[in-house]
Parts: sequence; structure tokens; C-alpha cells
Amino acid sequence: MPQFANIAVSILFDGLAYAMFLFIVSVGLSVTMGLMGFVNLAHGAFAMAGGYIVVSLTKSLGVGFIPSLVIAAVAVGAVSVVFERGLYRRLYKATDLDQVMLTIGLAFMAIAAATYIYGPIPKSVPLPPWLQGDVNLGFRTFPSYRVFLIVVGAALIAVLWYGFERTNIGAKIRAAVDNRRMAESVGINVDLLFTLTFAVGSGLAALGGALAIQLFGLSPSFAVLYLVLFLIVVAVGGLGSLKGTLLAALVLGIFDTAGKYLFADAGGFFIYAITVAVLLIKPAGFYGRE
Amino acid sequence: MKLVRWLGLAALAAMVGGSAQAQTVKIGVVLPFSGANADLGHQIDKAFDLYVKLHAKDIAPYQVEIVKRDEGPPTGAAAKTVTTELITNDKVQLVTGFVFSPSAIALAPVISQSKVPMVIANAGTAWITNLSPYIVRLSFSMWHPAFPMGAYAFNKIGCKTVAMAYTDFPPGKDSTEAFKTGFEKAGGKIVDSIPLGSPVQVPDFTPFFQKIKDEKPDCMYVFIPSGAHAAGVMKAYGELGMRKAGVKLIGPMDLVPDNKLQDMGDAAIGTIVMGHYAVDLDNAQNKAFNKEWHDAYGPDSYPDFMSAAGWDTMHAIFDTIKKLKGDMGDGMKVVDAMKGWSADGPRGQVMIDPATRDIVEDEHALEVYRKPDGKLGERVLGTTQAVKDECKELKVGRCGS
Amino acid sequence: MAASDGKNAERIAARDRAAEFLLRRHRFRWPEALPWLIAIGCFFAFPERMTFGSQVLIMLLFALSLDLILGYAGIVTLGHAAFFGIGAYTVGLGAARLGWSEPISGLIAAALLAALGGFVTGWFLLRYRGLTLLMLTLATAIMLQETGNLRSDISGGYDGLPGLAFSPLFGVFDYDLYGHTNYLYVLAVLAIAFYFVRRIVYSPFGQALTGIRENVRRMHAIGSPVHRRLVTVYTIAAGIAGIAGALFTQTNAYVTLTVFDFDNSAKVMIMLILGGTGRLYGAFVGAVVYMVLEDKLSKLSPTFWQFGIGLMLVLAVLFARRGLLGLIEEAGRLVSRRTKT
Repeated sequence: MPQFANIAVSILFDGLAYAMFLFIVSVGLSVTMGLMGFVNLAHGAFAMAGGYIVVSLTKSLGVGFIPSLVIAAVAVGAVSVVFERGLYRRLYKATDLDQVMLTIGLAFMAIAAATYIYGPIPKSVPLPPWLQGDVNLGFRTFPSYRVFLIVVGAALIAVLWYGFERTNIGAKIRAAVDNRRMAESVGINVDLLFTLTFAVGSGLAALGGALAIQLFGLSPSFAVLYLVLFLIVVAVGGLGSLKGTLLAALVLGIFDTAGKYLFADAGGFFIYAITVAVLLIKPAGFYGRE
Repeated sequence: MKLVRWLGLAALAAMVGGSAQAQTVKIGVVLPFSGANADLGHQIDKAFDLYVKLHAKDIAPYQVEIVKRDEGPPTGAAAKTVTTELITNDKVQLVTGFVFSPSAIALAPVISQSKVPMVIANAGTAWITNLSPYIVRLSFSMWHPAFPMGAYAFNKIGCKTVAMAYTDFPPGKDSTEAFKTGFEKAGGKIVDSIPLGSPVQVPDFTPFFQKIKDEKPDCMYVFIPSGAHAAGVMKAYGELGMRKAGVKLIGPMDLVPDNKLQDMGDAAIGTIVMGHYAVDLDNAQNKAFNKEWHDAYGPDSYPDFMSAAGWDTMHAIFDTIKKLKGDMGDGMKVVDAMKGWSADGPRGQVMIDPATRDIVEDEHALEVYRKPDGKLGERVLGTTQAVKDECKELKVGRCGS
Repeated sequence: MAASDGKNAERIAARDRAAEFLLRRHRFRWPEALPWLIAIGCFFAFPERMTFGSQVLIMLLFALSLDLILGYAGIVTLGHAAFFGIGAYTVGLGAARLGWSEPISGLIAAALLAALGGFVTGWFLLRYRGLTLLMLTLATAIMLQETGNLRSDISGGYDGLPGLAFSPLFGVFDYDLYGHTNYLYVLAVLAIAFYFVRRIVYSPFGQALTGIRENVRRMHAIGSPVHRRLVTVYTIAAGIAGIAGALFTQTNAYVTLTVFDFDNSAKVMIMLILGGTGRLYGAFVGAVVYMVLEDKLSKLSPTFWQFGIGLMLVLAVLFARRGLLGLIEEAGRLVSRRTKT
């Protein structure tokens, strides 16, 4: 392949894989923030929990990687319901600041708990052989794990899109995001919707966190270290929008990768510069509402 | 009569007790016990504790009393506060530990003013020892492994061209500068130098490494803080099939930390690093050290180069206590006693250079290979003996002041 | 007729009381002397902890500056450390590169530069709110940090600018190992800064800020120049944060890029929440309690400290929305109610 095309393919591929990770974790945050108006900074902690569950399952109990992913997502989703009903519900009408502080407090507690249980040393996860090494797609070889990430991401996007656009529940969620009062007055059980969306969002976060171990390693500070990234994706994409989160993840993922490849000296500048640029022009993000 | 005898005994006991007090040397240990870098602090702390436990009787009738404080994050401010208080309130006679260079740098004026010696067990910025005559370092400077690696890579590994990649903070810059100096001196050519983002977050290394792969150098020299970054580097290197593509991976020993080596899998095999310590180092001291470590901390816990440095640090301190007969009150005397100290430790023979108060140690070229028992290990390919800090020898940049 | 007269009289009386309250509010009440007496008392009671004491006071000043925008104007920002950093580096670079070692002029320069930063960013960013503003302020602080790292030849990067030397205060008072001079210096600066903050808060300008916080639409409706007011308070708060940063560099004789860390912004926000926002002394209570607890608890177990702080935040939001100071006030009210009956 000519050098220029080769570079472009590398950037697109790596950017796409990175974007999938960002999307999977952030979509839950975007929808809950858009739907419930609730700033949940503990979202990173849910992602971290998913990661640690997978580590425990695969290393201590010998469960396979894929089954562990599913179990972790479901488990965290289920537990998040307890948080939503027991704690978050009380603060739906509270100020942004209160929500920020409460959820940061929860995140700190989660980090401390993770340090206590797992220790501060970063963990990795054993992958099945078919996910290690690379796969030959004809014109080039690509790392298998990243191909896996892209495939999983694409599948999730399809499922979520179908769920959002084509099902009853999806319609109800969209209605509630658009205008909660109206939705309630036509008889939509918004409370139940909240809980459901929150559970799905947290489960997805857990899945994303577990998938990220291979990319970044897992340590207790994961909960806050990558939180900024997720918030940026959500802010740039627009609250409550599936399309927006996807577009933001793609733009940020690919530009960040391109930046690292082409202008490594500039460091993390790209992702923040894009964020500022987008937000100054469209404060509500790509598909947010003013 | 009985009363007098009891009083006399009591007085005697008090005198003995009082002078026994004078035989206790108070040492301040400052390490990160919290936050993202707590694992580094624990590696050194475990080594300190182990040495003290095993060798307390060696310095009898003297004793050490250790006061531990949290170094905090690498901002220098927390370290400065806790160490200053160790000196002024707890009245320690010596402070040791210090994982982060900013901590040591921040404290230099306090150390000089208070005349309490600082014995560094890790912080690796080369010119730290120039900041105060009361600073002694037992660990390393970035130049110790990186500079000899330059010549070794060119002469022995066959790296004619090298691309460097480093985490964008002072240790990364120092290490690559040191490697470059040594490498270019030997005749090699550096084709690229890529910063890998900040040390706080492990980045996705793939785009950086992809670029290097496309540039096709003979070898890739990578510096990253050991720990999670090291695992990420090895994963990206393996996934991109770089070894197959003909790009060898080299670096300082931070690249393959002992406690993460087993997780790195096949991708790590063939990696050549220059370092002063590996768990597999074949000398009697190290074998004993490893055995004691596993006995104390379990079979899944491994010491690493930080633990080895911690061990030697406590060893040097203990030997100084013996040499000065417990009289550690005069800072300059303590530092002078440490100058020229040498011993056999897990790293091999180490010595404190009297001119710079910095460590002189052997650097080994180590290759990762799979041992017969299936585990990954490192074998020594060659050794450069008694390496000094070339930054100060050549007076590069700040080292010259 | 009589009934409406009665109602009118009531209304007039209420209005008069309100007017009196507003006129009298700014007068010093005796409990306000308490924090200063305690601070001076600590100097004599704990002379060996003055290094720590200075850092507490600096955080207090930083939290106070945040209270102006968070507590009074209601602006939630995640990038306040940017101004702390600008102040810190003004003094640091001045001392390291320009040999500027006079502390007081350095302090003023830091305040001015940080205020300028506040003015410029505030003018652009304060048109936004909510998540947008959070992300914009955060991104600004991070980009400043990245710029510093890019030119680490100037800034010293994460190894920072070591060995900064500052000439004695007023040419007379030198800095000792025990940090005595530093403590009194910081305390004096804090007192002066506090005096200004207090005046602002009790002025009509301060009232306008509260109005903006409580009901910005109405403020717009009555023609209040909201954006201008916000930028003004943001600029002032930035300047004060810059002073805190400058003091940080001066007392530590060292500065690294970590002053711009998100951790710094988050920490000061937590202190303020715990102490109580929008009540001037919340910063005092919050900063002192946080720093002292951190000092004591993290010696025992850093993991428990982190857990504890998280738990305190959760409890504060759930049960003590007005922070510790709010709790104290509640208790005071309960006591006075009891004693009245």
C-alpha cells in the first residue's frame, strides 16, 4: 500500500477502535444525563467495577473472557438499580453541584474500596488465544483485539439504534428526553424508564470498562482518570442523543489518534481543542438541545 | 536498706535506659502510600521493612526507630511539608525514601538548611545530587541504564537506526537524552523521538507505535514509568506485530518490571533492556533476597529494581550506624561516612561515588526469554561494570552546575 | 378600613426591618473575630506545625476565591486551578528566569496576571452554563498545563522550577526552617484579601450576584447587566486565586505543573462544599477541617481517608446541604430557640 494510504488506514482503524470504547462507555452517561438531567460522575466507577469483576472472574474463577463480559455488564446493571432507586432518585431535582458532589463522593468511595480489595497494582486480563495476535484482512493485518472491539461496538450500535428508533420503549425514552412532563401526562411511566435506562447505561459502562483493560490496564484510579474523556464525549455529542454520542466518539477518537500519530508533540491538545471549538460554536453539542 | 538498693537499681536502670535512648537512631521514611503511585511506595517500603526485620540485630546495641509519612502526589508540596515536620517535630536524624524527583528537588533547600541527610531510594533525575551536599542517592539516575544502552544497542544488538518513544515528563526526556548521547557517540542514528503523552493516564500506544512501525527503524527505545504503562507498551508492541516486522524493542529495565513480566506473554520474548536489577540476576545476595522476600510476602509477590534499591539503601544506613557507632547527629559526618561505601547487594556490587554522592553500579543487558519451567525470565547478555552517572561526568545541561 | 390600615402598617414595619437588616449586615459581629484569634492562637500553640499551617491558610484563600463565583454567583467551574497556576508560575518564572525575588511585588504581579486570565476566559466562557461550562473551564486548565509541558524548557515541566529564592519580607524578615515568617505572611495576606471579599459580598454588587444565582432570568428582566457582573466577579476571584498560587510558590520555594491539576480544582471545591458555600466563612471551616482530617487520617490509612472523604461528601449532600457551617448555624438556632422558650 502506498505510504500515505497506509497511514490513513492506520489512523482510521485505530481511531475507530478507540472511538468504539469511548462510545460504549459514554452512551449510558449521555442518555441518563439527557433523560434524567442527572450528572452522574460515578459513571467511571461503574466502568471500573465492570473491569474488576471481569478480572476476578477470569483470574480467580477461570471463567472465560466473553462470558465474564456479559456477567459483569448484567451484574453492574442490576446493582446500579439499587443506587438509582435508593440514592439518585432523591436528587433528581437537586442542583448540578449537589449531583456532582454526591457522585464524586461515591466515586471516591469506589476507588478506596477497589484499592482495599484489589490493591493499587494495575491488573491485566487473560485473553483467549483468538483475541491475541493479529488477523489478516487481505490488504493488511490488524490486531485481533481491536477488530473485536470494532465489531462489538458496531453490534451494540445496531442493537441500541434498533431499540431506540424501532421499539415502543425506545419511543417512550425519546419522548421523555424531549419533554418529560408531556410524556408523563400521556401516561408514560417515566420512573420505570429512568431505572431501565440507568441500568442499561451502567451495564454498558461496565462492559466498556472491562473491554478497556486490554487497552489501558486497570487500576483503582480508572474511575476518575478516564471520566474526563467520557464527559467530553457526552458534552460534545449532546445530552441524551445516541447519534450525538456516536458522532462525538468518532470525531474525538479519530482526531485524537490522528493527533498522536501526526503531531505527537502536541500531546493531549487535540482532544481538548476540539472540545472547546465545538462547545463554543454549539454549546449543547452536536445533537443536544439548547 | 532494701529501699536504697531498689533506688540504686532504679537509678542504674534509668541511666542505662537513658543511654539506650541515645542509641536509637530516628529515621524518617517518606514514600507514596496513597494515590495512583501507592504500589511504587509499597515496593520500597516492603524492602525497608524486610531489611530492618532481618538485620536489626546486626546493629545492636543500636536501634532504629522508623517514622513513616506519605510522600503524596508528585507535586513536591506534600513531601516538603511532611519531611520538614519529620525534621523539626519528630527530630529524625536522617530522611530516606522519595520515589518522585519533584519531592527531592523541593526538599533540597530544607535539607541544606537543616543539615539532615537525605538518602534517596528512588528519585532518578540526574542533577538532584548537585542540589545539596547532604544528599546521597542509592538508586540510580536515568543516565545509569540509558547511556550504556546506547553503545550496547549499536555495538551488540545491531541497532543502526533507532526510534525513541517516551512518556512526556522529565524522566522520559532524561532517559532518551541519555540514550541518544550514548547511541550517537557509538555511531548510531536516531530517526525519531515521539512523546507518549502524560504519565498520569496510560494512553493507547497504538497510534504512536504504528507510526514507528511505518518508519522501519532497526530498534525502538521506549521509556515509560514502570507499571501499567509497561503492560500497555508490550500489548501494543505485540498486537502490531512489530517484532515480526523487524523492529526490536529495547529500553531501560522499567520496560519489563518484574512484577508484571509474567502477564506480558510472548510479546515480551526477545526484548532487551539495560538495567541494574532483575529478579533472575544470578548472584548469591539476590538469591537470598528473593527467598526472604517470598517467605515474607508470599509466592506471588516479586521484588523489583525499586525494592533492590530500597534494600541497599537500608543496608548503607545500617552500615553507617555501625561505622559511626550510633552517633548520627552530625549530618556532614553521616554523609562523609557514606561516601565510598560499597557492598554486595541484590544488584551486584554497588558503591557510593565520593565525588558526586551518587550510586555506582553494574548495568546488565538483559534479554527476556521463556524459562524451562514456562515462566518468563531475564538472562544476562553482558554487563557494564561500575557505571557512573554520565550526565554528571559529561556535565550535560543542569548536571554541569 | 381598620383592617387594611393594619395590613399597611405591617407591611411598612416589615419593609423597615428589611432595610435595617440590609444596612446593618456589613457591620462586624463579634463572632467574626473568632477565626483570626484561632489562627493567631495556633501560631503560639502549635509552633512546630507552621509549615502545615501555611498550606492550610493558602488552601483557605483559594477556597474563598472559589466561593465568590460558586457560592455567591452560582457559577460551577472545574478549572479554577488554572488561576492558581497562573499566579504560582508568575512568581516562579519571575524568580527563576528574571531574578525577581521581592515577594510582595511578585504577589501583586501574580494577582494581576491571574485576574487578566480570568477576565479573558470569563468574557468568552461565562455565556455558557451547566455541563458546557464545566467542560470548557476544565479544558482551559488542562490546555494551560499542556502548554506548560510543551515548553518545559521554560516551565521546568513536572520537575518544576527548583531552588527559588525570595528576598526577606520588607527586607527584614527572613524565612526560617519552621515556617514562622511564612505563616504570619500568609495570614496577613489572607486577612487583607478577606476584607476585600467581605466588602464585595455585602455591597450592592454582592446583592446582584446573589440575585443572579437565585434567579438569573429575573435579573435579566430587571435590566441587570448579568454578563458584565459575572465577568467582574470571575476576574476578581481569579485574581485572588492567583494570590493563593503565588503564596504557594513563595512558601514552598518550588513550583511544578501539577498546580494546574484537575485534582487541585476538585479538592478546593470539596473543601468549600463541606464547609458551606455562599457564606463567607464556609471556606474557613471547610479548608481547615479537610486539611486537618487529611493530615491525621491519611497517616493512619490513606485508603480509609479517601473512603472517608467520599462518604462525607455523600452525607453532606444528602443531609447537610449547607455544609458544616450550615450545621453549626442550625445548632446555634436550635440552642437560641431553646433558651428563648
